[in-house]
Parts: sequence; C-alpha cells; structure tokens
Amino acid sequence: MSLLELHQVSKFYGEGETAVRALYEMDLSVDEGQFVAVMGPSGSGKSTLLTIAGSLEEPSSGEVYVGGAALSRMGRNDKARLRRRAIGYVFQDFNLLPGLSAAENVALPLELDGVPSRRALQIGCSTLERLALADRAGHYPDQLSGGERQRVAIARALVGERRLLLADEPSGALDSRNGEAVMRIIFDACRSGVGAVVVTHDPHLASWADRVVFLRDGRVANAPDAVAGASAGRPLASPG
Amino acid sequence: MSVRHALLAFLSARPKYGLQLREEFEESTGEVWPLNVGQVYTTLQRLERDGMIESDESEDEPGPQKVFKITEAGRVELDQWLNTPPDMAQPPRDELVIKVLSALRVPGVSVHDVIQVHRRYLVELMQQWTRLKEDEADFDLTFALVGDAELFRLDSVVRWLDAADSRLKRAALEPPDTKPAPLIRRRLVTRR
Repeated sequence: MSLLELHQVSKFYGEGETAVRALYEMDLSVDEGQFVAVMGPSGSGKSTLLTIAGSLEEPSSGEVYVGGAALSRMGRNDKARLRRRAIGYVFQDFNLLPGLSAAENVALPLELDGVPSRRALQIGCSTLERLALADRAGHYPDQLSGGERQRVAIARALVGERRLLLADEPSGALDSRNGEAVMRIIFDACRSGVGAVVVTHDPHLASWADRVVFLRDGRVANAPDAVAGASAGRPLASPG
Repeated sequence: MSVRHALLAFLSARPKYGLQLREEFEESTGEVWPLNVGQVYTTLQRLERDGMIESDESEDEPGPQKVFKITEAGRVELDQWLNTPPDMAQPPRDELVIKVLSALRVPGVSVHDVIQVHRRYLVELMQQWTRLKEDEADFDLTFALVGDAELFRLDSVVRWLDAADSRLKRAALEPPDTKPAPLIRRRLVTRR
C-alpha cells in the first residue's frame, strides 16, 4: 500500500514575475517498507517536498495523499492529528526539548495525542530500547552525544503507530560513523514496514535507500539511462 | 595494486606455499580482486631473482611444492613500500572528468544531462556496495574496509559531479570574463 503519494504537486512562492518555483509537477509514491532518498543541490526543492509531504505547507497545486487520505480535504485539526499519529519528522539539528529526558522527549507526541503520561513513558522507553538506547532513557539532551541525540529524535519520530518517516538531512551534523548508524536505524525501520523519505546531499548516506530520486530546479532530474557497456551495471571492480 | 609487495607482506610472518599466498591475497582484499595462480608464481620468481625471497623444497610435504620465505632485503623493501605514500601529486587521466569536459564542446549536448547519467549510475553502484557491506561487513572486517574504500571513492566522484553541475550553472548565469587566462600552470610539489 502507498503510504505517501504526491500527484503533480507544484509550489510557488510569491506571485507574478517575481514568483519563485520551488517544486513543479512533482509525482512521488512511497510504499510501506520503502526507503526513498531525495538528492539535489541547494534550492532544488528537496526541503519543500518534505514540508508539503508532511502537511506543514500546502502545495500551490496538485494533491498529496497520506495513507490514502487527500490532505486537501482535511481541516486543520485533522491534519494536526495526522501529523501526531501517522508522520514522524527528523531534522538535522535534532530539535529535542532540553528540559525533558530522552524518554520524555520520545513520549511527548503520545502525550500530546492524549495517551496517559505513565503509559506514554513506558512506550517511549521501549522504543528507546529497540534502538539500543535503554541506558540513555533518563539522560537529558545535553548529556547525550550528537549521534545519541539524533537516535533519540528518530525514536521520537517512530514512537506509536507512525508509519511514515520524513527526515531532512538527518545525518548532516554527524560524523561518518554516527551518520551511518542513523541511516542503519532508518533502514531497519523500513524493514519493519515504515516508509521513509530522507532528504540528503550525501551520496554515501543516500546509498542506503531502496530508491534515489534526484531533484533539479524543482523537478525530478530526467536524463537518459546510462549506456549499457563494459563498465555499466557491474557491482564489483576487478583489477583489470 | 602491488601484488609484489602484498606477497612480501604475507611472507613477513612465516614461510608459505604459492597456493597459500594466492588464497591469502584474495582473502586480504575481501575477495574483490581475484588473482590468478600464474601471476602469483611469476611475481614470486621475480622476487626470488631480486633477492627479496628464497625458496626451498618442502621438507614436510612430499611433491614439487616450494615454500617461500622473505629475506632481510625483502623486509627492508616491504618496510620502505609501506611507508612511502603513492604518487598522487599529478591528477590521473580520469575518463569521467574527460567525458564531462568533452561534453562542454559538443553542440546540442546538455552537460547537465551527461552529469546526471553518471551521477545516477554511480549512486546505483554505491547502493549495491552498501547492500553488500550490510550483508557481509559484520562477518568480514577486510570486506568492510574494502567496501568503505570503494564507497568513499565513488562518493568523492559524485561530489565532484555535484560541484561541477553547480559551477557550470553559475557560470551560465554570469557574463564571461574577458581577461586573458594566465599562462602559468601550477604544478603540485610534494615531499616524499
């Protein structure tokens, strides 16, 4: 089943001659268990794609479906509920609340959705345990390393029944080892059925994805396929 | 890839047979670089001729197999090789770089499309390497190291394509510089 679908989505900022086109007639479909990476230079529309997919911004035209439901037919409250229950966000700078412990940060979306705090905390702790962070549950963000903070942020994005993960440069502030650990967690989450869209400029990290979409000037970069030849399609190099 | 020095490295711990050396070579490269047995024996003959190794008929095993051991001269050669950086001062004649530079001169060809073809292909290769590493790296340290090396190499090429794409886009928006190009080309000089 398709968790996320964008149909002919365009986004313009401003009007008339000064209008800036951020996205143009974009189609994208993300199924359960699929890990999609979106690559492209600054200003190519990557982050706009993510905010529109996550219902944080509305498209100028086109339609977005999350779990089969059209966002244009939802009111503000319905969208807020969808964001709390169905969509998890991960940002480059973690966005953890400094006054809450790791477990409390993870439990927060559940509490906001009306789950009693003790129960929310239990679920938060078990989510941290799944990501090998059980021993950090009581730590505050400033007591965690950068890699641990981002793993807590991913736990917060996955807590509860949320099946769609949207991440904007999730490893941008991390060294290569921690960046790889973050991608591995997202990869594993996808193996358990989560659908993920990860925006990154880092080819190394995008290589974890099942599918890589390249954006350029707000559109999917279409170019002819590589010509099949002696070097094309061969996974392993030989000494030659 | 220096087969000659890799063989000296394998002989540095203890004497070995030719077939053992071939197996060890393939294991040590995560089985990514296969090596035929003829190449092993040709290299061993040259190493023996140069005084880097000595051979002996096996005392323990019957048959014609020779056992090879490293000499003192071989150890000195190996030590020098390990600590001498390879010559990377001159840019290699990189085919991909030449393709992109050539695309700029062909009428009707979009260099951005050419860049995108290669970018997509390289990222697909990186996806294959990441899957292989994911499957094997926990069990095979050597393969993980070779996989990392290949991923970082491909990563650097994709990043160059990204940088070239942006530079060409900027250049297309800016008026051409009318100043004559400097004639002096700098050469990299490194202390080795």
